[in-house]
Amino acid sequence: MREITLGQYYPVDSVLHRLDPRTKLFGTMVFIVSLFVADSLAAYGVATVFLVLAIRLSKVPFSFMVRGLKAILFLLLISVSFNLFLTPGTEVFRIGFLKVTWEGLRLAGFMALRLIYLVIGSSVMTLTTTPNELTDGLERSLGFLKHVGVPVHEISMMMSIALRFIPILVEETDKIMKAQMARGADFESGNLLQKAKSMVPLLVPLFISAFRRATDLAMAMEARCYHGGAGRTKMKPLRYAGRDYVTYLVYVLYLAGMICL
Amino acid sequence: MSIKADHINYLYGEGTAFEQYALKDVSFEIEDGQFIGLIGHTGSGKSTLIQHLNGLMRASSGKIYYNGEDIDQEGYDRKALRSRVGLVFQYPEHQLFEVDVFSDVCFGPKNQGLSQEEIQQRAKEALMQVGLKEQFWGQSPFELSGGQKRRVAIAGVLAMRPEVLILDEPTAGLDPRGRDEILDEISKLHTEKKMTIVLVSHSMEDIARYADRILVMSHGEKVFDAPPKEVFRHYKELEQIGLAAPQITYVVQRLREQGISLDGDITTVKEATTAILGLLGKAGSRV
Repeated sequence: MREITLGQYYPVDSVLHRLDPRTKLFGTMVFIVSLFVADSLAAYGVATVFLVLAIRLSKVPFSFMVRGLKAILFLLLISVSFNLFLTPGTEVFRIGFLKVTWEGLRLAGFMALRLIYLVIGSSVMTLTTTPNELTDGLERSLGFLKHVGVPVHEISMMMSIALRFIPILVEETDKIMKAQMARGADFESGNLLQKAKSMVPLLVPLFISAFRRATDLAMAMEARCYHGGAGRTKMKPLRYAGRDYVTYLVYVLYLAGMICL
Repeated sequence: MSIKADHINYLYGEGTAFEQYALKDVSFEIEDGQFIGLIGHTGSGKSTLIQHLNGLMRASSGKIYYNGEDIDQEGYDRKALRSRVGLVFQYPEHQLFEVDVFSDVCFGPKNQGLSQEEIQQRAKEALMQVGLKEQFWGQSPFELSGGQKRRVAIAGVLAMRPEVLILDEPTAGLDPRGRDEILDEISKLHTEKKMTIVLVSHSMEDIARYADRILVMSHGEKVFDAPPKEVFRHYKELEQIGLAAPQITYVVQRLREQGISLDGDITTVKEATTAILGLLGKAGSRV
């Protein structure tokens, strides 16, 4: 139960960790966009250099980056095989009725690279940014949506509260499980139906406690005069530093390069 | 019949940089029918220790024997162990889930695979033992007061008819009257049902009154293991680890410093009253 980690923040001190979350969010976006405009080997080469550079700068072990790939393995397989077998063009070889073409190989290869880079690229961001920084960055970056009636502050507040409560609820789940196991509950054996039924003694106390915590928190916030986003100041306001401007310059150069190639 | 802990160590985050001892070389034996007070400051390892006694946690090294059998050995029925060594956690909110009090208490015996009549019989008996009136049995456990919830939680474990009952801070958050009632009922289980009791608490007063032996934990280590009076004699050391002897021992201490010769080891208010009245009686007869 304890292995649940959210966001997958990897705590080391690196240039990337110190960057403003907005810079990193924007950088991830730039990288994603660049992957979709790239369609030559040279462009993918530049993207590779950019990504490798980011990974090296982040000081996060590479094994953490590839962890995210497991989740898209199935998707990767499907899209690669579709591209491989269903693209018309000059035939290389065939297996039964399946025809593999040069164009198919090329498309499948690029598609695989694109997906892998997409996942690794966004992993670099989530590994170097705490969930709270991330919501902070999102709140500021999407601040303009306030003017069209989107409650940006409220949404980001909800996100950070939810993130804050995950470890607490995990710990609580652990305690409830133990309390029920002390009364002979069995959460492991039995078929699917029995297992689902055995969850009831776990979920009922968990939900009740979550609701109680929610009302307590709401009351505590109101007691301290919380009234939403308007006029609210931050303890640690986001401020761009020199390195952020340099990074933005790198983004512009990178994007220009990608479009040209 | 006994619980024996043999050089128990428990490490948090084993193999990482954050490795930390929660229990460090703890050994003791609990004989049948004893009333043990387990005391220690927050984070001293008491809760970790009791979870080892019914197999909810596994020691990093060291062994625990229940009636001479190693509970960590291959094939040992840990589920059966948990119904013999009943553990009541601190917060009843962590275990109450049923629609009414009675069915909640039935949960334990139901898991033991007993017959319907036996289950109900045991639930009734357990609820009676904790002194919860019949009018509450049909109510939702969530509508009860703190003390009543605690009673239902204790009954939920008692209904499994354990031989040993371990209670983690059963009086935390209760008013003085509720606390006394619960402790009296626990004491009754000990004297009338001959149940072995392990009471975890950080209130020295509670423990002094009921326990016949005290285990003091500090930073994961067992520092004292002796009858209450003996432990309280070390009140200076107790203070160093963030605990204190019962307040009345300090009063007696001060009285003695003033030259009033009170006899014997005095650790409860009752003993102090008797001693002081005895002294006054003597003085009164002299006048």
